[in-house]
Amino acid sequence: MSMSRDNKRIRLKKEARLRPPGKAARRAWDVSNERIRDVMHSMAFMGPSLLGVSVFFIVPFLVVVYYSVIRSPINPEFVFLDNFISVLKNSSFQTAAKNTATFSVVAVPLAVVLSLGLALILECRIPGKSWLRTFFLSPMMVPVASVVLIWQVVFHYNGTLNGILSAFGISPVDWLNSPYCQVVIIILFLWKNLGYNMILFMAALNNIPKELLEVADVEGASPAHKFFNIKLRYLSPTVLFVTILSIISSFKVFREIYLLTGNYPYIGLYMMQHFMNNTFQGQDFQKMSAAAVLLALVMVVLIILLFRAEDAFGKDVEG
Amino acid sequence: MKKNHYLGRGILTLVAAFFAFAFLMPTVLTITNSFMTQSEISANYGKVFSSAAGSANSYISSMVNLKFIPDKVSFSQYITVLIKSPDYLLKFWNSVILVVPIVLLQVGVASITAYSFTRWRGKLRSFLFFFYVILMLMPYQVTLVPNYLVSSWLGILNTRWAIIFPGMFAPFSVFLLTKFMRRIPASLIEAAKLDGSSEWQIFKDICLPQCRSALYSIAILVFIDYWNMVEQPIVLLQDAAKQPLSVYLSTINANEVGLAFAIATIYMVPCLLLFLHGEDYLVEGIAHQGSVKG
Repeated sequence: MSMSRDNKRIRLKKEARLRPPGKAARRAWDVSNERIRDVMHSMAFMGPSLLGVSVFFIVPFLVVVYYSVIRSPINPEFVFLDNFISVLKNSSFQTAAKNTATFSVVAVPLAVVLSLGLALILECRIPGKSWLRTFFLSPMMVPVASVVLIWQVVFHYNGTLNGILSAFGISPVDWLNSPYCQVVIIILFLWKNLGYNMILFMAALNNIPKELLEVADVEGASPAHKFFNIKLRYLSPTVLFVTILSIISSFKVFREIYLLTGNYPYIGLYMMQHFMNNTFQGQDFQKMSAAAVLLALVMVVLIILLFRAEDAFGKDVEG
Repeated sequence: MKKNHYLGRGILTLVAAFFAFAFLMPTVLTITNSFMTQSEISANYGKVFSSAAGSANSYISSMVNLKFIPDKVSFSQYITVLIKSPDYLLKFWNSVILVVPIVLLQVGVASITAYSFTRWRGKLRSFLFFFYVILMLMPYQVTLVPNYLVSSWLGILNTRWAIIFPGMFAPFSVFLLTKFMRRIPASLIEAAKLDGSSEWQIFKDICLPQCRSALYSIAILVFIDYWNMVEQPIVLLQDAAKQPLSVYLSTINANEVGLAFAIATIYMVPCLLLFLHGEDYLVEGIAHQGSVKG
């Protein structure tokens, strides 16, 4: 990681030894000159992005933080937590938070476990592996808007799924307008995201040192032992990454919901993004800002917790 | 023992085949259904798309008939979409002029930024990199409010720029490209420096050619993400005439469902072409993300 810097340091040390004494001042001048040039160069390359990120994300986010603690832009009285409390007490926000959290808590672990399962299946010797990989990955490339029509046909009250279920004597369910609605969304989420996660796991499985598994084989370790004590250890950074990615994508499931059911879905499908959209329409910046800040905090805490968990679990194999 | 082994593999193959079937079906169905005539579509799915929300309370098992193969292959839907009513093509064009600039600009900005993160290290820069990662992980629900505010200050609300600018500086490509560039041997860069190349030359002649496949795979990932966008246009681009097809497709009404299938298929085509051409790059690109840290 710090190879180039170490090299440079060694080189500088060498040069220092070679130079005749008494030129220490010039040497110091050279070094600091190079430093300055490096800073200038790095800023020249990073500048556009830093500027853009500041203008479009950081500065407005700071304003959002400011908005979240004042009464209104016209009457900028400091009210500290009032906006947060009123958002937390807001029943739409509660519904949205509850639905989003329920969805993520169920869908994310499923996405991690199932995609790891698919990756392990593709690791075994089965026919048509490269085709299977293509098929599993294909939903990721299909626009949500394009397949929504088929989903509507499948999950409608008079739709295909109920048709199939009725053949087994199960009474029909109004999938999108009943407490079962989250099941639909979880299926759509898994359909779209499993392939991507699977690729990440396949790459990580490939990176496990083969000798280790061979030794385990020779020693007569059971497949379960090999999986839990060797593979999973090496996979832990990937498990973390896939978990984080899946959490992020779980927020994007709004796309499917919006395209399937519009702005006002069944209450079980009312997500955080719906709440934000409605607040945008009402132009209530205080509520919006407080909600955004709360969500950002939750995300940061979640990410730090996941990092910690991974540190504790996979420390001994990280190189 | 041996027999058991074969049985296990057989079961795994079956499971994989089942998943493959389920994964492929919706896409295939959308495409085959686009070749049906409107009357066939109405006969099959009339019930699904015509009923208002409340009227679907009676279950009639024979109403919906999900079909694989059209009775008679017809291009009438495509002819309508492509020639008779240019409205849909306009929306398609809206998508193109939103997404293509975002892909090009984001990858462009990201490549110089990633070079900077690769070439120079330090406490401040690793903090900045970590900051980019955090920003990358923020959902739209967090970033949309800042985007909305800044767009309204700059007076670009309801114009394409309100989506293009934040897209241009989105940190996802920076993160991924930095991961790629750090794999370039440091000795290569040191050698070029000793030869007297300027930083810009090192970037242009050494780093970029090494990252060609990475750039392609990142471009595909960014393209598919923005081709799918729904959250940004409905907040930042409320003018229906400017909205991309990804949002518009859901507003098509019941007696045009046949058309919708044709449009949905057309909308898929760029993605599927990219996928067929760049699948290996894409897989490589995803695989290299590895972990968030480091």
